[in-house]
Amino acid sequence: MADQVLDAKGLNCPLPILRAKKALKDMATGQTLEIVATDPGAVKDFEAFCRTTGNELVSSNEGGGTYTFVIKRTG
Amino acid sequence: MLDDSNAKSMTIIVTKGTLDWAYPPFILATTAAAMGLEVTMFFTFYGLGLLKKDLNLKINPLGNTAMEMPMAGGHMAMPNILAAMPGATALTSAMMKNMMKKKGVASIEELRELAVEADVNMIACQMTMDLFEYRKEDMVDGITLGGAASWVDVATRSDINLYI
Repeated sequence: MADQVLDAKGLNCPLPILRAKKALKDMATGQTLEIVATDPGAVKDFEAFCRTTGNELVSSNEGGGTYTFVIKRTG
Repeated sequence: MLDDSNAKSMTIIVTKGTLDWAYPPFILATTAAAMGLEVTMFFTFYGLGLLKKDLNLKINPLGNTAMEMPMAGGHMAMPNILAAMPGATALTSAMMKNMMKKKGVASIEELRELAVEADVNMIACQMTMDLFEYRKEDMVDGITLGGAASWVDVATRSDINLYI
């Protein structure tokens, strides 16, 4: 279970990334953020976001028209 | 790298102020800031209007043959003769804004606010301010005024420099 859940459903680029960044900023190192999105572009974008910021993309799943990402704040 | 930190940095020269062209600079600026980059935006000529307190951005497909709108399952372009009619700009702008809202695309006002929150450095071109007779009080708070040298100075120390 993630420490915090962010509902980014219905939001388009770049809002899921911007909202995730805002949530991560207020979290402690080691905590996890789950993001639920409907934007298919978010799959590549969260990979890129994590690569650049140094946060860990713990999982990336697709199912039932939604995409679920878990990011661990490490960066 | 703009200072002693290891953060990467990006500058964007913003030269266009229509509803469509306002998006690329603000999307890239906010995203780069969210990814830890130090971002500077230099607003010049028609791009300067994007810093006005009251935004009423518009778009008109006149002469833009690439602009098609999704309609009835296909795509349709507006013939130039219709795009030149009175009211065509207001109609097209309203349609575009409505479509963006429905698809969950942020408004420029929202992206600009996020850019300010993310400490994006916004420079308004002094020469354009004088040329088009804008006053600093017409513009949003938190901007600085500067000229070409201000951008060149930042650009020489930036990792990415874009012109839009």
